[in-house]
Amino acid sequence: MNYSLLSTEMLMAALGIGLLVLTILSPREKGHQGIGYAAVFGMVAILVATSFQYGINETTFREIWIVDDFAVFMKQLFLVSAIFVTLSSLDYVRSLPKYHGEFFVMIIFATLGMMVMASANDLITLFVGMELMTVTFFVLVSFLLGNGRSSEAGIKYLILGATSSAIMLYGMSLLYGLTGTTIIPELVDGLTWSPALAVAVIMILAGFGFKIAAIPFHMWSPDIYEGAPTPITAFLAVASKAAGFAVMIRLFIQGVPVTTGVDWIVIIAGLAAITMIVGNVIAIPQTNIKRMLAYSSIAQAGYLLVGMMAADVAGIKSILFYAMIYVFANIGAFAVAIVVGKHLNSDKISDYAGLGQRQPLLAIVMTVSLLSLAGIPPLAGFVGKLYLFAAIMDQGVLWPAFIGFVMSMISVYYYLNVCLYMWRDDPKDDQPIHVSGAIKLTVVVSMVVTLVLGVYPQPLAEMANIAAKALF
Amino acid sequence: MDFPLLTIALLTPLVGALALAFVPKDEHKVIKSLSALFTGIPLLLTIYAYFTYDFAQGGMQFVEEVQWVKDLGITYIMAVDGISLPMLLLTNLIGFSAVFASWNIEKRPKTFFILLLILIAGVMGTFIAQDLFFFFLFYEVVVIPLYIMVIIWGSSKRVTKEYAGMKLTIYLLIGSALLLVGLLAMYLNAYPAGERTFLIESLQQANFSDEFQIFAFFLLLVGFGSLLSMFPFHSWSPDGYAGAPTAVSMIHAGVLKKIGGYGLIRIGILALPVGAKFWAPLIAVLAVANVAYAAMIALSQKDLKYVVGYSSVSHMGFVLIGLAAMNIIGINGAIAYMFAHGVMSALFFALIGHVYEKTHTRYIPDLGGLSHQMPRLAVGFMIAGMAALGLPGLISFVPEFTIFIGAFQEFPIMTVIAITGIIITALYTLRVLANVLFGPRRAELDKYRDLQGPEMVPLILLGAVIIVTGFFPALLMDMVNAGVEPLIGPLLDMLGDTPTIGGGF
Repeated sequence: MNYSLLSTEMLMAALGIGLLVLTILSPREKGHQGIGYAAVFGMVAILVATSFQYGINETTFREIWIVDDFAVFMKQLFLVSAIFVTLSSLDYVRSLPKYHGEFFVMIIFATLGMMVMASANDLITLFVGMELMTVTFFVLVSFLLGNGRSSEAGIKYLILGATSSAIMLYGMSLLYGLTGTTIIPELVDGLTWSPALAVAVIMILAGFGFKIAAIPFHMWSPDIYEGAPTPITAFLAVASKAAGFAVMIRLFIQGVPVTTGVDWIVIIAGLAAITMIVGNVIAIPQTNIKRMLAYSSIAQAGYLLVGMMAADVAGIKSILFYAMIYVFANIGAFAVAIVVGKHLNSDKISDYAGLGQRQPLLAIVMTVSLLSLAGIPPLAGFVGKLYLFAAIMDQGVLWPAFIGFVMSMISVYYYLNVCLYMWRDDPKDDQPIHVSGAIKLTVVVSMVVTLVLGVYPQPLAEMANIAAKALF
Repeated sequence: MDFPLLTIALLTPLVGALALAFVPKDEHKVIKSLSALFTGIPLLLTIYAYFTYDFAQGGMQFVEEVQWVKDLGITYIMAVDGISLPMLLLTNLIGFSAVFASWNIEKRPKTFFILLLILIAGVMGTFIAQDLFFFFLFYEVVVIPLYIMVIIWGSSKRVTKEYAGMKLTIYLLIGSALLLVGLLAMYLNAYPAGERTFLIESLQQANFSDEFQIFAFFLLLVGFGSLLSMFPFHSWSPDGYAGAPTAVSMIHAGVLKKIGGYGLIRIGILALPVGAKFWAPLIAVLAVANVAYAAMIALSQKDLKYVVGYSSVSHMGFVLIGLAAMNIIGINGAIAYMFAHGVMSALFFALIGHVYEKTHTRYIPDLGGLSHQMPRLAVGFMIAGMAALGLPGLISFVPEFTIFIGAFQEFPIMTVIAITGIIITALYTLRVLANVLFGPRRAELDKYRDLQGPEMVPLILLGAVIIVTGFFPALLMDMVNAGVEPLIGPLLDMLGDTPTIGGGF
């Protein structure tokens, strides 16, 4: 038993529990901002620790736990997004009625769940990690106590999330029944085509489809994104989605490859096409920034699914690359939404009027982030899409590229709509918007990364390539 | 490595944009002077490059090459040849003039000039980057500043500025989406994985199958064609110009459109000759549609900007028919004409901008006899107008003539129809000039003053280019020919009897 492979998860759990104890012991009146800072520093330390895990590629506990480059890359992605989410909620938590410290602790446990998912090499561990993440999110989504929308979102997420988990679990049990094992890489040996396998694959895909909010399993996301506290919306949109992709990639590439007889690529292709088209089209009429970002993140899942269609090293690499830059772009946009939402008490896009004059930094970051999501060069989103669609075009399939590029240009319409209000209009009142240091750090880092990776994607591309190769 | 002239020219406006960010926003004079400085430096560098370009050696010069992203095969390579240099010069001439044409902007000038400088750098980049990735990157860099400039400083006369800006942006972006698929397909098909490269020169040497070339060229034609306002993808252009502020109209009509023509030559014809040959008859037909149809519409316009907008759509037809000819003369003419048209349309828009700024109308029946109050402006209008209708002795005569010689060999009937376009152009241009400039003095216009001070710069600079190049066409034609002949010549021998759409007609 090589316990050292679990070191980062153990550290994360220790951090979470330690901070929870601190929260309980320390006086409530102070607002518990210190817990947030401690969480950030703790997670930065763990992020540094994970970077030493590259190149290990070992399993432990009778193969149910794996640390390979793919898992490490995904863990870093979760940690980066958790750090930024925590940073941008340092101010935000003060507007919560109570339980400020617990808010940060919950974020840590959700991240822990994602990290377990990334390292899960068997179906049970995968499910345990996913439940840890999902259950924590039930709490986080309804954290605005006394706010009807938030509670509604929490209940919705609970019911729908439990249903989707049940469906996925049923699919997994079918897989176990067919093969007699839950270890993912061993599944492939026992699988032959049978109708039961097709049912299992479809059920599991439905479960993952819920997690990544692909159409037609997306119904929950706009309501929940709108109702949840904004930092949690960001976390859901970024990390939870990436975690869904992480397990989906591992299970489908290693456990149920197309050679076993079920051509899931056809299903993924259908999902990708419909998600890209419908997600972008519904985003157009949205007037609430959080709902708009919700639909945009649905559309983004469609682009990521295109990389899944390729199902080779280039495809997986492109997913990893895109998922990482998607984190930065989305965090930038949500951080601005957090500040503006808190200051103006409104998430309406029309209330962004004059932000360009009131607080140019926020307006610039918002513009850069949204345009990166739209895939406009020289921002990182463009290079990401280039990788995604080049991977599938390389196999001679052109239509996803047509749909993807045309839809992403249509998405420019609703992204620019926000810019229109920010830059064209004069502000409704001249009161300066206060931006805290933590938020400044978050938005500036996210913008710089988005800009730099857009013109010089080499470092991240190499990392993603190493991570993707670990699966094949 | 030698003095990195092109990189410095490219970065100067960007440095300028950054510098402007730190100037207090009420220092209007400082902002404008700095903008002039940071567009003046690249202009001087370009003029230097233009006159030191070594004709004897030919090919790409002032080359700077740095490997950029290895796994994608991206290279940072900046270089110019006889095709790029006139375009680069055009960009800087118009960029510099555009700063002075916007001299009287009082609304948020800081943001305006920052965006303008980014815009100029982006356009410049497309013409000097010899790597497809950077080419595309610079091309799209311009779209967003353009949009923001239209929605803040645009005018809502016939269409709202929001409508104009969004129409412009969506047309260009959808075109670029198809273009991107075509470019990516070229990149993936040219070489096996591991040896791939975005270098335009390497892509030109790749062996694409005939079917692939025909397919890919079509995508490029739609993408670049919508940028060039090729019929039927032209309708963004008059609306866009009408909504845009003066500087944006100048840069858009003057140089941005030309990226379409430049791309069709540099990437389309040179890398996909068989595809180009196949679609040439279609291009010729669309070109004639551009020339004749848009000219007819221009005849009936009453808004000055719409007249020039449609006339620029119509004139792009000449460029297209020159390209469709697929011979050295035709392509020479097309490139030279892009330069000529850029200068004169920019001058037109600069002067219309002045009229609109003073009188707040562009409606032709409201104007008249302006030469009484604004003699300098009238001179400028006459120069631009005469150049538009191809008067010998001005810049556009020789390129136009060259295009027709080239095109007549391939598409005699189409060319004859296109030539009639000149007559319609003369008709509407002369009518506009007569109605706006001449006639009895109108008392209500007496309070408006003529061009003066910095406002004169576009007139003098662009007017001088129109006249000097008109008298010494060799200044332009030799340069273009030096770029075209060595590249297109070998292709023509190779093409021979490749099929064309519908067997040609």
